[in-house]
Amino acid sequence: MGRYVPNTKEEQLKMLNEIGYKDFDDLFSVIPESVRLKDLKLEEGKSELETATIISNMAAKNKQYKAIYRGAGAYDHYIPSIVKQITSKEEFVTAYTPYQAEISQGILQSIFEYQTAICQLTGMDVSNACVYDGGTAAAEACAMCKDRKHSVMYISESTDPKVVSVIKTYCFGSNTEVKMVPVKDGVTDLDKAKEMMTEGAACLYIQQPNFFGQIEDSHKAADIAHGIGAKLIMGCNPMSLAIMETPREAGADIAVGEGQPLGLPIAFGGPYVGFMACVSDMMRKIPGRIVGQTEDHDGNRAFVLTLQAREQHIRREKASSNICSNEALCAMTVSVYLAAVGKAGLTEAAKQCVSKSHYLLSELEKVGLKRTYNGEFFHEFVTTASVPADKILAALEAKNILGGYKLSDNEILWCVTEKNTKASMDEVVAIVKEVCA
Amino acid sequence: MELIFEIGEEGRQLDIFPKCDVPEVKLNANPRKQELHLPHVSEQELSRHYTKLAKRTHGVNDGFYPLGSCTMKYNPKIDEEMAALPGFTGVHPLAPVESVQGCLEVMDTLQKDLAEIAGMDAVTLQPAAGAHGEFTGLLLIKAYHESRNDMKRNKIIVPDSAHGTNPASAVMAGFEVINIPSDDKGCVDLDGLRAAVGEDTAGLMLTNPNTVGVFDKNILEITKIVHEAGGLCYYDGANLNAVMGQCRPGDMGFDVLHINLHKTFATPHGGGGPGSGPVGCKEFLKKFLPGFTAVKNGDCYDKSYATDTIGDLRTMGGNFLVMVKALTYITTLGKEGIKEASSNAVLNANYMRVKLSKTYHMAYPVTCMHEFVMTLEEEHKQINIAAMDIAKAMLDYGIHPPTMYFPLIVHEALMIEPTETETKEEMDHVISVLKEIHDKAVSDPDYIRNSPHTTVISRPDEVKAARTPVVAYEF
Repeated sequence: MGRYVPNTKEEQLKMLNEIGYKDFDDLFSVIPESVRLKDLKLEEGKSELETATIISNMAAKNKQYKAIYRGAGAYDHYIPSIVKQITSKEEFVTAYTPYQAEISQGILQSIFEYQTAICQLTGMDVSNACVYDGGTAAAEACAMCKDRKHSVMYISESTDPKVVSVIKTYCFGSNTEVKMVPVKDGVTDLDKAKEMMTEGAACLYIQQPNFFGQIEDSHKAADIAHGIGAKLIMGCNPMSLAIMETPREAGADIAVGEGQPLGLPIAFGGPYVGFMACVSDMMRKIPGRIVGQTEDHDGNRAFVLTLQAREQHIRREKASSNICSNEALCAMTVSVYLAAVGKAGLTEAAKQCVSKSHYLLSELEKVGLKRTYNGEFFHEFVTTASVPADKILAALEAKNILGGYKLSDNEILWCVTEKNTKASMDEVVAIVKEVCA
Repeated sequence: MELIFEIGEEGRQLDIFPKCDVPEVKLNANPRKQELHLPHVSEQELSRHYTKLAKRTHGVNDGFYPLGSCTMKYNPKIDEEMAALPGFTGVHPLAPVESVQGCLEVMDTLQKDLAEIAGMDAVTLQPAAGAHGEFTGLLLIKAYHESRNDMKRNKIIVPDSAHGTNPASAVMAGFEVINIPSDDKGCVDLDGLRAAVGEDTAGLMLTNPNTVGVFDKNILEITKIVHEAGGLCYYDGANLNAVMGQCRPGDMGFDVLHINLHKTFATPHGGGGPGSGPVGCKEFLKKFLPGFTAVKNGDCYDKSYATDTIGDLRTMGGNFLVMVKALTYITTLGKEGIKEASSNAVLNANYMRVKLSKTYHMAYPVTCMHEFVMTLEEEHKQINIAAMDIAKAMLDYGIHPPTMYFPLIVHEALMIEPTETETKEEMDHVISVLKEIHDKAVSDPDYIRNSPHTTVISRPDEVKAARTPVVAYEF
């Protein structure tokens, strides 16, 4: 049995006796006999070597693809070596939420730097210290827009369905009405949105680029939302923000998104990190931790958790959210990633996503796949084939390649990142050609 | 210390990406106009910057960390190594189930282990933290009452000693919160509870041991009162480290609970997260579970979706790598190790309680479970030394202070949770330090009130931070 209890059995007994207890049974006699557990049905504990073998064997059962062309919410980007090295430092890994500022300046400053980076990417004034993931960031952003006069959420159907599901679940909790704005030609039907949205609308949520990879007309979306007194929330791919206009420039009031593309492994779904940023007049509505800069009693720069009057431990049932633990180490990962690649690297990665995804599309079109929607896209696109999507994906799978995400019998959502090489894409195209022939 | 945005030089960068090997394509969509300021540093500058930040951070590895209610136990290294295996980190969450059998095996095994430890029938691993788990559990309760068309049940009963997340989660789930006072032992006042329940009771949220570290002996009576009124019982698993392997929430009458993997199951807190807050429930709530659960069919694992699901609490299946760490921990400890951990968590807390009670006033001078609460009310009145002052003085000794000013029912509270992974020597040292600080508070109160004296900053001006918020660097 592996164990992390340092005191020996003898020491334990001595301590028990010293403070007036006969043994552990005596110590636990406060628990009524009727609920005392007789037998915990787990296996016996294992040595470190046995445990390492058991868990490693599980990891070995997963297939490791030589290339991934699937995104749909989780993006396979290159992670520089220094990112994992820095974020593995024990001080960062093992600390709790920085309640004691004097001995937590490292964590607090790292969050302040993360907030700064998110404000830079999004063009917004205020970022929180992060939330669980892109889905919960979207749901929390919707809650920020709700007040007595504005209570209906309008969500574009071009949003990732997993994000929509999270928004709906949160709204089930708060008894909030959600209305879905339909899609036309792969983008939000904004004329329909204008028709649908009436007084009482709290927000319009659009994803940029949207679930199908398409680029939305966010200025028009902003005009429609603001025209009826609602807020515009944009769910953004953070990597695209290196080259595309910021949500602030696009007219959004709140920018949210999944931070995973910035240095976090896809890791079967988590941990990821949700970023949230907003314009300054919504600062006191944003949920979760926020780090602020101040001074100590001697006038030195200091960082603290601030604006805590919004939070659950002070406000209890009147808090803006119940969130306390977030994904701080993942937020730090984002910061380190952005520092490692810098503006030039982030821009290069974003540009390569664009160039490479367009290359793959044009080559796939040559062998028989058709693009489903017109309009511009960032690094994901949808194709329609005359053969079943399953057949294409199975052929790729046989060559150890994870193909795109199946949207319907004949439609595939492909994703290309800077990691995918021309040689690999040419192999994909050759395989697809064979299937379509 | 300088921010990373204040060091380096324009033009410095790491060489990460190769040249693009396909023709360049440019987007016509609106380009970014706003200047993008990101750090411009060499790899060594980047490395040193974060090493400086690490030196300004106190983690469990830096010393004693008795932060009550947070269970800051040692985070085993093998857990980290297992979670870093490429066979886990490189798996796409939407890959075909045949290709993710190992991940599903991790989830299925962990679900079963947690269900056994909690005395529940089913577990979802989707929630990302404790508060997220609370919200999930409350939505299960809401879905249950709605499925029975019992729409009048809109109130959640919460003791005044509860964690602040409890009432906040209840409101997010659309409930009204009924606060009930605790009795003089910090436990549930049975008459108060009987008076509070009724036809509008959706449920009760409770942690046992409670937030003052005392095991509520009336637990079976409490859950019975709620059930007889038609409500359900929610167990806040924040304090599960005290009782795992000793007794089970499911056997105490609870219908649903969350578990903090980042407390009880030794996964590290990462300076605030990622955590993981699995939710367990009894069979009759299983059909409402969110996301997917892993199931074993013959020799293969599959994803299973509940018929009347409440939806999704987040995208994807949960904080998977945290699950790997927790499963590694449970595999290591096994049945006897789990019980040994809780036994020693309770022993260590009582050891410190008894030893410290010669110097400090205990809010509840009875056998505690994994944590106990001291009150500085007397000191505050007599020598104007607050709980905060004692806490700040501890910083000069390299000790992380206890949780301060919680629970709210104790004035000038300091809540100490040593956990099972501390040695007797370390606890004896901390006990002597706390005595020394108390002596000093009497002999030289100004010195203590001006603590800390040796940290990288002195006490920060929190009022200024809130009045004139600076939440991002201005370029």
